[in-house]
Amino acid sequence: MNQFTSSFWSYYISVVTIVSILACGVLLVAQSKRRVAGGTKDTTGHTWDEDLGEYNNPLPRWWMWLFWITIVFGLVYLALYPGLGNYPGLLRWTEVGQLKEETARHEQQFGPIYDRYAKMDLKELARDPGALAIGQKLFLNNCAQCHASDAGGSRGFPNLTDDDWLWGGAPETIEQTIANGRNGVMPALGPALGEQGVKDAAHYVMSLSGMAHDSIRAARGEATFKQICAACHGADGKGNPALGAPNLTDRTWLYSGAEPVIIETIASGRNNTMPAWKGLLGEARVHLLAAYVYSLSHNPK
Amino acid sequence: MNDAPVQIVEQALYEVRKTIHPRAVHGWFAGWRWALVWATQIVFYGLAWLPWNGRQAVLLDIAHRKFLIFGLVFFPQDVIYLAVLLIISALSLFLFTAVAGRLWCGYACPQTVYTEIFMWVEQRIEGDRMARMKLDAAPLSARKVALKAAKHGAWAAIALWTGFTFVGYFTPIRELWDAVWTANTGPWETFWVLFYGFATYGNAGWMREQVCKYMCPYARFQSAMFDRDTLIITYDKERGEPRGKGAGKGDCVDCSICVQVCPTGIDIRDGLQYECIGCAACIDGCDRVMEKVGRPKGLIRYSTTHALEHKLTRAQMFKRAFRPRVLIYSGILWTIIAAAGVALWQRVPLKVDVIRDRAAISREVEGGLIENVYRLHIMNTREAPRRFDIDVAGLPTATLVGEAGVTLEGAEAKLVPIKVRIPAGVLAAGTHPIHFEVQARDDDNVKVSEKSVFIVR
Repeated sequence: MNQFTSSFWSYYISVVTIVSILACGVLLVAQSKRRVAGGTKDTTGHTWDEDLGEYNNPLPRWWMWLFWITIVFGLVYLALYPGLGNYPGLLRWTEVGQLKEETARHEQQFGPIYDRYAKMDLKELARDPGALAIGQKLFLNNCAQCHASDAGGSRGFPNLTDDDWLWGGAPETIEQTIANGRNGVMPALGPALGEQGVKDAAHYVMSLSGMAHDSIRAARGEATFKQICAACHGADGKGNPALGAPNLTDRTWLYSGAEPVIIETIASGRNNTMPAWKGLLGEARVHLLAAYVYSLSHNPK
Repeated sequence: MNDAPVQIVEQALYEVRKTIHPRAVHGWFAGWRWALVWATQIVFYGLAWLPWNGRQAVLLDIAHRKFLIFGLVFFPQDVIYLAVLLIISALSLFLFTAVAGRLWCGYACPQTVYTEIFMWVEQRIEGDRMARMKLDAAPLSARKVALKAAKHGAWAAIALWTGFTFVGYFTPIRELWDAVWTANTGPWETFWVLFYGFATYGNAGWMREQVCKYMCPYARFQSAMFDRDTLIITYDKERGEPRGKGAGKGDCVDCSICVQVCPTGIDIRDGLQYECIGCAACIDGCDRVMEKVGRPKGLIRYSTTHALEHKLTRAQMFKRAFRPRVLIYSGILWTIIAAAGVALWQRVPLKVDVIRDRAAISREVEGGLIENVYRLHIMNTREAPRRFDIDVAGLPTATLVGEAGVTLEGAEAKLVPIKVRIPAGVLAAGTHPIHFEVQARDDDNVKVSEKSVFIVR
């Protein structure tokens, strides 16, 4: 921040702060006594509405000490903590420093628990109730926003409770997906295929999973599919987990199996991102999350 | 204009507090005050120890977010009852103040009650007003040190017991008692016992009337609730003046007893003052003197500005208590008390909150169904286990997926995940109101219907 401002402002703030505090002290001394003409000393001499006087009801002295204590507190605080411009304070306290300290303390407390789990095999971990309890908490805090609290997913966000996987369902693969993220791209084929071409392809896709379709369109679409779509989805339409290309022959749909939605997917494409969590959560937590996600479709019960 | 030089006087706007040594007082109103000291303190010190169905009768368990008050279990979601309680307290204060001034201050406020207890201790150990003033002025001696040590020791003991009792409402008092003797109290328990104890010792032993004069906001805004028919403690000037003894003088013999007994150190003969907490000690003091000098009692008495000005009889004065302000306060107060009473009486020992998934709004599942995800936060506010059935209503085609029931332990709260499915195409895109009905299996009356929405897109 300093490189953007001249050091003048640091001095300016410091001087204004200290002068203000000292001025409070001066004000306190100046106002704790008053000089009045003899004879009127019972009232403060102020009159309102012609004849309403104000009695002088002195405050107890300890009340004034409270003011002095705040002044002393303010000065001590400014000496210990950063407050005066760029002056870092005697304790060298910073927000970042406090965060680091707390994180370190937290790691020290919970690190051993995570370390123990980190050494365990994912399949074994998926049967450990303690690990799953932590995994569920992590899931609710970090994953439920997209995949829903029951991990059943939502439109555009896959269901994690069935055994149907875009990128492969082996425990290690799940861990990789969480750790490094995924980026699934379906290119927009609308410009290449034209409106009718897209519709034909859509009907072929619908035929793959045995849905009601127009068989003439599907027959026309098959050629397009074999030529273009098969590159990722495979000649049989069963997908390719290496590319994240979904299996089109089952009834599981990431968006929807309705005709207009399939047409939209082919025409405009899709671009899905699963963020990488390793940097944010660390490997130990990702390990537990992977075990939890794996357990959802491999119920040990 | 006067030509003489004006004398300039320097005047401090702060001064050292002069210790007030109120003289002990006996009489009708002092009796009332002591009755209230006993009543409030028996409740405060005793209630914490009262057992109820195998647990503490009143326990405000903040750690587990459960507030047990006799047979009732409150959760944080019941905060409305706390709000109602505060409204009732505030309105009662308004009502009492409009009718008879600072009744709360004079008889029931903890500041008054503990000051009364502490002053009683002080008087037992150091003697009455004159003895205490002499002792304070005397040079340091073994006797003075012994008396002061005894007094502060006794005060500290009462204060610590008060702090301990206070904490005993938030953590089980019997466990706390054992913990105290094995020096096993938690850091926060220790802090609050000492802090509350210190506050009691400081406020009732040292601060006393200064709390009322400089710190208490109620003491300052209560004058807004006074009117000319409010009962206040008054000195009958017409009867009393001119003061003094002998022929041609009024009834006031200027014995200054009313000033000596005043815990806030004012002279009630100067009229109504903001420092007056309405404790009526001066009434008791003055009545005794009037008795001795053979004059009628009531030179200082509860009366109203109106009554003094127009020489109303007591019957006329009390009749004026039924004025619109008082009737309106009473009306509102009784309405709220009745409503709160009915609400508590009809309270169903079950609470339900519906938490919709925020991001996963609506999804399509196999079989052409639209699914929404909810979590039901079900709270069993009865202290026995119970089985609850869950159902969804409001949309005829809606079906529930997942567990349709849950068993909760006594006073337990649980999050139950619930999915609701509706065939695609039945409903238009948008939100559709639905209800979750949670029903105790063993009692048809224990039923809660909580609304939510089903979203189709």
